[in-house]
This record gives sequence, structure tokens and C-alpha cells, in this order.
Amino acid sequence: MKAQVHTGGRGKAGGVKVCKSEHEVEAAAEGMLGRRLVTNQTGPAGKGIFRLYVEAGCKIERELYLGFVLDRKTERVVVAASAEGGMDIEEIAEQRPESLIRISVEPAVGMQAFQARELAFALGLGPEVLSEAVTTILGCYRAFRDNDATMLEINPLVLTGEGRLIALDAKMSFDDNALFRHPHIAELRDKSQEDPRETQAADRGLSYVGLDGDVGCIVNGAGLAMATMDMILLAGGAPANFLDIGGGATPERVAKAFRLVTQDQNVKAVLVNIFAGINRCDWVAQGVVKAVEMAGLDRPLVVRLAGTNVEEGRRIIDESGLPVITAATLAEAAEKSVAAAKNFKPGA
Amino acid sequence: MSVLINKNTPVLVQGITGKIGGFHAQDMIGYGTPVVGGVTPGKGGTTAHGVPVFDTMKEAVEKTKAEISIVFVPPPYAADSIMEAADAGIKVAVCITDGIPAQDMMRVKRYMRRYKKEERMRLFGPNCAGVITPGESLVGIMPGHIYKQGRIGIVGRSGTLGYEAASQLKDIGIGVSTSVGIGGDPINGSSFKDVMELFNADPDTDAVIMIGEIGGPQEAEAGEYIAKYMTKPVCAYIAGLSAPKGRKMGHAGAIVSSVGESAAEKVEILRGCGIHIVPTPAEFGPTVKKMLAA
Repeated sequence: MKAQVHTGGRGKAGGVKVCKSEHEVEAAAEGMLGRRLVTNQTGPAGKGIFRLYVEAGCKIERELYLGFVLDRKTERVVVAASAEGGMDIEEIAEQRPESLIRISVEPAVGMQAFQARELAFALGLGPEVLSEAVTTILGCYRAFRDNDATMLEINPLVLTGEGRLIALDAKMSFDDNALFRHPHIAELRDKSQEDPRETQAADRGLSYVGLDGDVGCIVNGAGLAMATMDMILLAGGAPANFLDIGGGATPERVAKAFRLVTQDQNVKAVLVNIFAGINRCDWVAQGVVKAVEMAGLDRPLVVRLAGTNVEEGRRIIDESGLPVITAATLAEAAEKSVAAAKNFKPGA
Repeated sequence: MSVLINKNTPVLVQGITGKIGGFHAQDMIGYGTPVVGGVTPGKGGTTAHGVPVFDTMKEAVEKTKAEISIVFVPPPYAADSIMEAADAGIKVAVCITDGIPAQDMMRVKRYMRRYKKEERMRLFGPNCAGVITPGESLVGIMPGHIYKQGRIGIVGRSGTLGYEAASQLKDIGIGVSTSVGIGGDPINGSSFKDVMELFNADPDTDAVIMIGEIGGPQEAEAGEYIAKYMTKPVCAYIAGLSAPKGRKMGHAGAIVSSVGESAAEKVEILRGCGIHIVPTPAEFGPTVKKMLAA
């Protein structure tokens, strides 16, 4: 019985149970469903268990590792396999690097049968399971390619006492940028496994990652958004989120971002940092003013504008009469927002 | 002089009749970029922003002798457009489009290898802000006015963080020879190392700022090149010190998925290669000043 959660390290955390009777299955299901599973990859909040997977047990002769990734260095699909299944790939790479077999796939022609045979022989699989191994490996490659995966991992792939190959686990990650051509994959999205703040952001078309700090960030551009978070950290604070409002942000979009960030009850100050290229500072300023007028302002707000139409943007903020703390530079913006978060008393 | 583009290199805009392509084509023309035409399949024979529109890249290159192309084509069709540019004999292509599937880019890179290295198109991006040689030519989406003409090269993944660096330099009176965006995607065109080679060979660049981020091997690869071959000082900033492992920070490529890909690790690697580290993103200006004085 296996908990269907979006994380690795399930086995060690109690998310996999071997059951010998129907009664045990029932008891294990009751023990798992509705609980949160905390593994070494989930962070302290863990992931809720809402789905279980039950499969027949089998006699395990050998455990193998089989993984496919889109390798950024070679810019190809790379297949990695090891006879040391059961361990995760990082442990294998660290403890038994010599057991790792790697094969790179030529993108123009795709994976060839001889490559799958080489892998199978290198894993020590005998002629009696060769054709099954080749079918499995090539099938995985096709699933990877055809669904625009970025990672596919079977760990362990087991050789049973009866001489059959069975995938005892399978994990896949998909390329967000390719979901437009795979609606069947997009439908698999399981919101119960997401941070609710991130679900809301995604539904509003915003690029957001929730963190544990108290300075809410609204920034344009992924690099500047990360740099803003770094700057908050270096100024002695902690960012509550990553948020990139993207290029060409309209006042409506900025207002949406503002509502999303202020919904987070941990946020004690909000920092808007915009270096407008495609964006226009006057639009961003309008969005901020609009959001504050609609939702009110119960926490300190620091705004730093630079780039296209900056004077116009600053004028809109000034003339709004809102109690906005303005900053001219990135350093000043980070320092002011960290100080504001530290001094903030809710309800004051 | 400068790397890649100057005021005499003619430019085509792929997707010139679209809303975004049209907006930036106009902006580039306003900056002084020699935009000589555009391509939108099915709109050949018309004009847009005062330049002719062609159906195919082949025809456009033949008629205009363009050497540079900038791609504003939507993600599902962008990879195809890049390959069309390569096939038409374009020398430098800049792809602005954000959201191209990684496997499409894998095929684009493989396709480009059909050409001999010396004839191969140089690709920048996708998901980048483009290339600017201040005072001469803008092939991108950056606000031109924040770049002062000068002798510092900038290469970075992020657009807006590059603006931040350029404007900090301008504030203290330092200018830029060329600023090159390589984009935030996991599989991209030219790498940090490729651009570093160009700056190393450019007599009009005195020093280089490299703006990296979490994820991927390209910063470390550039570090190795810099340690061995670079004759000019380089400083670097890596964004994402505060980014959690395994989470994608906006850019498709900004994710720590293996050893050596976090900001802290990259900073250590680069420091070990003799590169000046920009301590905070608010200190591009002071770091460059110090580096030039040394």
C-alpha cells in the first residue's frame, strides 16, 4: 500500500506499508488517509495523503534503478541505470558511483534498441528477460519523449523470483511549458498536493512560490525577483514569497498580485520592486493604488519604481495620498521593508 | 565596436505583425536599430512599421540581406521559427519568447549542429531580453535609455536584473559595450562561456559582469574558461541565495536539481576561478568600480 503524494522518500517516512491480509490493508489505509506525510523532501508541513495505491506483492530477486532526465549539460535525454535499486539516485551517485550506467540519446533519431540492450546487459540481466527489459526501457523513453517529461524514474525496477521485470514505483515530472499540447497531463494536476497560495497564484496566471518569511514581494522579472529576495535576506529579513508579475503587467494584474500577497497572514510588510522595461511604472502605480483602494492597507507598503515612465509612476503614488513608503534603490527598498516588517504590530 | 550587433547590421523581426513583436519593432526602430523587414507567414507583400513583411525567412534574407533576426513568435511555433532563421542563413538570432518546451529547444540545438561551426547561427535566448550595443543598436526589449555607451560587457540570464546592473553603472558614470541576454530556459542558445569568449576577443570591452542564477551548469563552465583564458577582469552575481531547493523560481531553468547548482555553491566555484563576487544585487556599480581600479 503506497501513499500517492508528490514527494520522494515515502518508504522511510511510513508512506509505504506491506500488508499480508485484507484486514491489514484496511488498517493501513485507515492509518494513512487524511494524514500528512513528512519526508526528508517535504519540509515540516508535509503532504496530505488523499490517495492510496494498492498492488500485489511479489518475490523480489533484484532491485534496479532506471531513470531518464533532460540533461542540461549535454542538452539531451540521458538514461541512468544502476544495479543498486532502492537507494535514491543521489545516494547511488555518492556511494556507488561506479554502478551508474549512463547512455545519452541522440535527439535526431531517438533511443535505439541497441542502447536498451547495452543497458540491460550492463545491469546484469540475463537473456531470458532481455526482450522484456528492452521493451520496458524503450517504452519509458517513448513515454518521456511523447509526454514532454523532464524526469522519469523507476525505483526500484525489480526482477521477480519468477523472472519478470516489474516497476514497483514510478515518478514523472513534466515540462510546464509543454502542457498546452498535453491536456491529458494537465488534467492530472492534484491541487491537494500544492501550497494553497500557489494554487491561487497559478489560477490567476502568476508565477509564485510560497516561502516562510514575512516580507511579501511583488517584482517583475524572475531574476530581479530572486535578487530582491536575496537582498531582503541580506538586510536581515526573510522573504514570504517569490512573485514575478511578468512583462506587460496591467493595473489589473498588479492588483491581483497585491491581493494574493496580502492574503498571506504571515506577511508583515509588502515590497513592490519594479524595474520597468516592457512594463510601465505608471501602470504598476495605478495597479497598486487600485488594489489598496479596493482592499485597504493594513500593513506597511514599500514601493520602488525604476525604468520606463518612472516619473509618472512616482507622481501617481504621491498624489494618491496613500501612506506608501517609497524607495529609490534596491538596497533602500530592502532595508525599509525589513525594518517595516520588524516594527509592524498587527491591529495597531 | 562591440560584439554581435552594431548600427550597420540589418535586422529582421519574426512575428512583426503581432502585438508584442510590433510594439518592440517600433521601439527598436526608434532606438536607431536598422530594422529592414519582418516575417509573418501569410502576410507577405504587406508592410508593417514602415518595413516590408515577407512570408518566409529565406525570401526576407534574400531581399534584405539581413544578418540578424529577433523572434517574437508564440511558444508553440517559436522553435520552428528559430530553425527557419538558421536555415535562411541568419548569423545572429535573438529569441524573446518565454515558454518554449524544453524538448523543442533540444531539437533546435541539434538542428543547428547541421551547420559547420564557423557558419552556424548564434542563438541568444529563448526567454531573454535580447542584445544591446548602447548608442548603436537594440535587438531586444530592454529600455534603451538606461544603458550608457562604454566599455563594460554584461551577460546575464535575467532581463530585469541586467537593467538593474546597467542603471547602477550609469548612475556612477560607467557605460556598457554590449549587454547580452542568454535567457532563463534550461536549454538555451549561447551559453555564458560562449559570450565570455566574445567579450575576451573584443578590443572595446575592458571588463565583464556575469549575472547568473540557480540551476544548471553554465556558470561553472564559464568560470573554468575564465580561470584559464580570460585576459580581462570579470565580476559575477548569482541570484537565488534565498531560493529553496527543488523549486522553480519563475524561469524554467531556475531550479536547483543537482549538486553545484545552488547560489552558494556557484559563488564558491566562481570565487575559486578568480572572479570578483558582487556581494549583493545593490552593488554592481561599486564592484565594477573597484575591479577597474585594481
